[in-house]
Amino acid sequence: MAENKKAVKNPNQKKKKKATQFDNFFKGVVRENPIFVFLLGLCPALAVTNTLETALGMGVLVIFVLTASNLVVSLIKNLIPDQIQIPAYIVVIATFVTIVGLLTEAYAFELHQALGIFIPLIVVNCLIMGRATAYASKNGPFNSIIDGVGMGVGFMLAMMLIGVSREILATGAITFGRYLPLPFEVSLIDTDMYMFNMEVFVGPAGGFIMIGVFLAIFTAIGNYNKRKKAQARQAWIEQKKKEAAERKKRKAMEEAGDSA
Amino acid sequence: MSLEVFFVAIISSMLINNVVLMRFLGVCPFLGVSKKTESAIGMSAAVMFVMVVASFVTYLLYYYVLEPVGITYISTIAFILIIASLVQLVEMFIKKFSKKLYKGLGIYLPLIVTNCAILGVAEGNIAQGYATDYGVLSGLWVATTSAFGAALGFGLVMFLFSAIRERLDHTDVPPAWKGLPVSLVTAGIMAMAFLGLGGMV
Repeated sequence: MAENKKAVKNPNQKKKKKATQFDNFFKGVVRENPIFVFLLGLCPALAVTNTLETALGMGVLVIFVLTASNLVVSLIKNLIPDQIQIPAYIVVIATFVTIVGLLTEAYAFELHQALGIFIPLIVVNCLIMGRATAYASKNGPFNSIIDGVGMGVGFMLAMMLIGVSREILATGAITFGRYLPLPFEVSLIDTDMYMFNMEVFVGPAGGFIMIGVFLAIFTAIGNYNKRKKAQARQAWIEQKKKEAAERKKRKAMEEAGDSA
Repeated sequence: MSLEVFFVAIISSMLINNVVLMRFLGVCPFLGVSKKTESAIGMSAAVMFVMVVASFVTYLLYYYVLEPVGITYISTIAFILIIASLVQLVEMFIKKFSKKLYKGLGIYLPLIVTNCAILGVAEGNIAQGYATDYGVLSGLWVATTSAFGAALGFGLVMFLFSAIRERLDHTDVPPAWKGLPVSLVTAGIMAMAFLGLGGMV
């Protein structure tokens, strides 16, 4: 009986955990992933993920802009009147985007050419504006930096996941050093597999389909977890019912014994 | 400059280089506001209005203010400010002059500021080099026309996609694919269809 009790845990009992800095960082990576959960910033996620390198480069730029703008917004949040909040934040973000654009043009020219118009378009990436209004305008500078880095890393990892699958399906290899300013150029998993030469994944159509497939996979995992949780809850309820019935029975027997 | 130039500008920015399916601009409203045909049309109308005006104004700003002064590197900041204030202005204007139009477009206007299609088309007009091809003043008209074409393309794709999604709602889709995943794959197939228009001009 005691063993049985241990096996079925109460799913209603939430683990009491203090929200630490690590949680604050980690939530952006998995639970609140910008691309796969909130569907923010889909334009770059579709447009520059045809190779792993461009996806990685875009991710790094977004991490920088997001962290810097989160910091500045959290510092100046009390100076800005509510009416002009959004224009003011946009100017802050646009300034950092301009800085990033000039830096990439100077130090990573190939990447700058490959990302093209999507560097200035970081300004209108809903993810950055969203974090500025939803988090940085309500929290202190330190928390805002951590939130920015976490969300940025989540964005970058999602981008890289899409980028890696698209590049492998399209070319059968992963090339390093073509767009990023690396001193070498290598091709990983360089295969001669003809099956991995699907032109469609280079183009726009492949981007849409790839994200659709990933969303479906994550929804399936979520559904599976939900079902499992519901089953655990059902098992717990049945266990409790059984216990209650047993208790009742024992009580009735005791009463019967008393009266006898 | 003949009429042909304008015709080519409209066709190429509407069908061949479609904003959503070929250039990946404005994907957020494309997925977010396309659940009903009605709202898709409203959004497209608002986008068309702002896109044409914004392209016109940003082109003028770039070639008559930023370039003579030599601060073209600041164009991103200048453009986004222009677009944000323009949207505000348009909202006030519509509110004053047409209550009916405001009711239809009002809720979509604030969303447009973060619609990357507007900024993307404005930046694209500059990057395309219409000014060097046709001269600064003639280039203005070509740029505005191609912005109009881009807005038409956005509207066309929004309308088609929302109609497809309305039907998708009533089909039996596996649970994991329900909603957005199947819509994204549909959009991918639409993009393939638009790929076929590539060699038209």
